[in-house]
Amino acid sequence: MLCQACQKNPATVHLTHIINYEQSVQHLCEQCAREKGEFDFGASPPFSIQNLLTGLMNMEAPLKEQLVYQDKLQCEGCGLTYAQFGQIGRFGCSECYTVFSNRLLPLMRRIHGSAQHVGKIPARAGGVVRLRRSIDELRRQLKELVSREEFEEAAVIRDKIRSLEEGGEKGDA
Amino acid sequence: MPNDDKGMRCGSSKWMEGKGPDGEIVLSSRVRLARNIMGMPFPYLASDSQTETINKQVEQVSINLADELGDIKFLRMNNVSPLHRQVLVEKHLISPLLVKEPHNSAVILRNDQAVSVMVNEEDHLRIQCLLPGLQLEEAFAEANRWDDLFEKELDYAYDEQWGFLTVCPTNVGTGLRASVMVHLPALTLTKQINRVLSAIAQVGLAVRGLYGEGSEIIGNLVQISNQVTLGQSENEIIRNLYGVTRQIVEQESSARQVLLNEGRDRLSDRVNRAFGVLTHARLMSSQEALQLLSDVRLGIDSGLIGDVSGNVLKELMVLLRPACLQMEAGRELDGMERDRERACLIRKSLGPK
Repeated sequence: MLCQACQKNPATVHLTHIINYEQSVQHLCEQCAREKGEFDFGASPPFSIQNLLTGLMNMEAPLKEQLVYQDKLQCEGCGLTYAQFGQIGRFGCSECYTVFSNRLLPLMRRIHGSAQHVGKIPARAGGVVRLRRSIDELRRQLKELVSREEFEEAAVIRDKIRSLEEGGEKGDA
Repeated sequence: MPNDDKGMRCGSSKWMEGKGPDGEIVLSSRVRLARNIMGMPFPYLASDSQTETINKQVEQVSINLADELGDIKFLRMNNVSPLHRQVLVEKHLISPLLVKEPHNSAVILRNDQAVSVMVNEEDHLRIQCLLPGLQLEEAFAEANRWDDLFEKELDYAYDEQWGFLTVCPTNVGTGLRASVMVHLPALTLTKQINRVLSAIAQVGLAVRGLYGEGSEIIGNLVQISNQVTLGQSENEIIRNLYGVTRQIVEQESSARQVLLNEGRDRLSDRVNRAFGVLTHARLMSSQEALQLLSDVRLGIDSGLIGDVSGNVLKELMVLLRPACLQMEAGRELDGMERDRERACLIRKSLGPK
């Protein structure tokens, strides 16, 4: 069977339309079907989370020199470049987060509305973080106690901070 | 060589058996944590020897932790037949990605199938806990316990600002995705479903069909999950989803009450017709079965159909999927044979004893 549109190529696409219970059948070659826009042969990749992320990352057009700098930015851990990250929307290894950190703030704000983790601090990997957070918290308490002139309790907190700081330094070394 | 299939049957997972709190509407609660190993390329970039290193490391850890993890099995996907892999997907124990790229990936499965850990999926580790009913806090507590145990032995990739580092920036921070599977037939019948689903989307939660991203809503089953993983604590995420789910349960319950009060005969006719078709049909597609099972379940929950347990339906929902059917039959089945086996399985489960 020849294509009904061009009458040249063999018809390989058979389209059935049902509109208001009326059925019509068309026999077309691939080229004519594509021109008519009847259906997609998978030419455009399916829309995915990666497409979206790529869009988000490239929202503000960077200055030319930034662009060159960014393209050169490459993770030493896995070899992923920032340009590649922009295309696939996935990090290559944990090191990428450090290497691309400058560009991540706006991206994370768009995705999560935030750029600061406030959840779980793991016992081992987050040991130092945990220590720093508890020292910060104690300092805040200390300030409050001092402002209320509760010096006895403030002294207790101060000693706690000292011992944590000393312990922490030992731990780090 | 597939060697894990011997004597394998579909069996049932913990989430399919029990009912759990609000179990009439919330079929299951799931929590998963994405974790990666420091300094190792992520699975999609890693070489064979690197993914193998991770596999061995995690297998060793699972041996070291045997006492705390309980009765577990470490399954290498290479040793699992494609059919068995598909069964695990249908039971929501592993993701479709693990089936597509089985190379050097593995899963740790606890015997009751409530906890599973995927190795070398998108991230190095995905710890999952799946429980029946609305038990988000319980599911998180158990996944979190496993996470703590693994962290004792593995060097996690973690950063003070970004939290747990993941392959996709949409998972970074807590690495936590919490979800519930809810059955909403009355909201659908009373045409309120779209209003409810768009309200859910407005509070930052994602709505999906039964089999995750991109899957359509079949059998009035909807999955709801958090989208944000950074800038909220685990407890906030869990509590937020719990709160929204409770409200959906209220809405669905009152819609069911309205249907019973205002159209009892019509509802009773609908659900019993569905029951009639399911107990007598000789050929049954998955799609038709899921729709009819949804009606029957509504009938059971509303007291319009007696003598059948709601849990039979939850089990059937999984057991009538293509891979499970073939596993039960012990051989490959073509489309027509599957429809016949499915109809037969349903008649056996629901019909007169």
